Amino acid sequence: MNLLKEFYKGIFSENPVLRILLGLCATMAVTTSLINGVGMGLATSFVLILSNVIISSIRKIIPDKVRIPVMIIVIATFTTIVDLILAAYFPPLSKALGIFIPLIVVNCIIFGRAEAFASRYPVFDSFLDGLTKGAGFTVTLMFVGFIRESLGRQVLVMILPPGAFLLIGFLVGAMNLIERWQKGLNPR
Amino acid sequence: MSKLIVTPAPHIKDSDTVSKQMRNVFIALIPALIASVIFFGTNALVVIITTVLSSVLFEVIILKIRKKAIKKSDISSSALTGLLLAFCVSSFMPWWIMILASFIAIAVAKHAFGGLGFNIFNPALAARAFILASWPVLMTTWLAPYAAITSATPLELLKENGISADYLTMFIGNHAGSIGETSAIALLIGALYLLVTRTIDFRVPASYLITVVAMSLVMGQDIVFQLLAGGLILGAFFMATDPVTSPVTKPGRWVFGAGCGFITMIIRVWGGYPEGVCYSILIMNAVVPLLDRYLQGRIFGCKRWNVV
Repeated sequence: MNLLKEFYKGIFSENPVLRILLGLCATMAVTTSLINGVGMGLATSFVLILSNVIISSIRKIIPDKVRIPVMIIVIATFTTIVDLILAAYFPPLSKALGIFIPLIVVNCIIFGRAEAFASRYPVFDSFLDGLTKGAGFTVTLMFVGFIRESLGRQVLVMILPPGAFLLIGFLVGAMNLIERWQKGLNPR
Repeated sequence: MSKLIVTPAPHIKDSDTVSKQMRNVFIALIPALIASVIFFGTNALVVIITTVLSSVLFEVIILKIRKKAIKKSDISSSALTGLLLAFCVSSFMPWWIMILASFIAIAVAKHAFGGLGFNIFNPALAARAFILASWPVLMTTWLAPYAAITSATPLELLKENGISADYLTMFIGNHAGSIGETSAIALLIGALYLLVTRTIDFRVPASYLITVVAMSLVMGQDIVFQLLAGGLILGAFFMATDPVTSPVTKPGRWVFGAGCGFITMIIRVWGGYPEGVCYSILIMNAVVPLLDRYLQGRIFGCKRWNVV
């Protein structure tokens, strides 16, 4: 029950892209096709989950003043691992995602979760947090990639950068609308 | 002094209304409309009617959804948006693309920002940019007048083959191009009407055209050709002067027009597209709030310009 609720939060009410508006650069840049979106989502989730676990497990021994450099080193380590794995086993995907794989290092979702969650809560909670937020990110990228790829066959602009901006704008608006309806139906 | 609020607003009101202004612009566009039907036949008329009707329809639907009163000014302004949108496409555009473009203009470029008076970008030009990015081939193929054969616009000929068209053809508009842009004489008659009735301010088109002339001199281009070619006259007098998306202050208007002219010539001479009027106006639309804020002009009673 609790797990379901966490996933609901990660995918809908606290969706990292559409509700918290983090990681927009990666979302817009790589979602030209469904498979690119899924690849990017999974790669980011991998880094997010493992860096959450590591940062959470060493949270008590990191001096507060140097926590940002420590986080960067942890995140950069996992990003490098992902980069090399993709280049070794999925060369076409690695080529399609290009510079945006190394750029996972500076993805705000990962930093945000490390700072806001993993550095304060126990290891298993942080693992769960990474898993659910990563799922939210992957589902969103998959959805955006699916829409852009299918519409792009007819309307070329959806594959181009302006299409990403338009679509994300519409999706954020739709999420706000859904939230308003939910609040209207059962006011807190 | 910290409580002083600077408003560029009308302190003296007259009988001018939004729908009256829109009606004047409609009247001013009639010569160009007639010219387009003469040159491109009933196809042009079909595109224009489709776009105008669908724009008005989307306006009404969205106002209903937003639970707003449907006013005369909303109808007339959306009809004008539709007309201007139809004027900047080719006469053989499929009807469904024009309906989609009307939706982009009214729903995305206008109502997503708050409706009439709140849109940052000119709705007709935003929709044109959208369909240019979506159907680049359809938007860069043009029909020759009186015939069903494709032909290049004077600007495309200049860019790709280095051929310049003769001035008389370009002045009358007897050449390939979008529905409303080809006939310079028809557009200028309308522009004169707008200036005489004071529907538009002379500053934006004046600084736009002066900058194009100056840039042509600097870049070694044919001045008369650059003035008559493409959508410059349509853009300078009918689109850049849109009261919602152009600055309200006088110095702001001079800078706005100059920026449009500068970007137009940069795109025409060095850019990938043969024509840059659409993008130049859209780019300058984005800086209008800044121009209004930093170039407020001389306040009545003050000696110096009030530059923040």
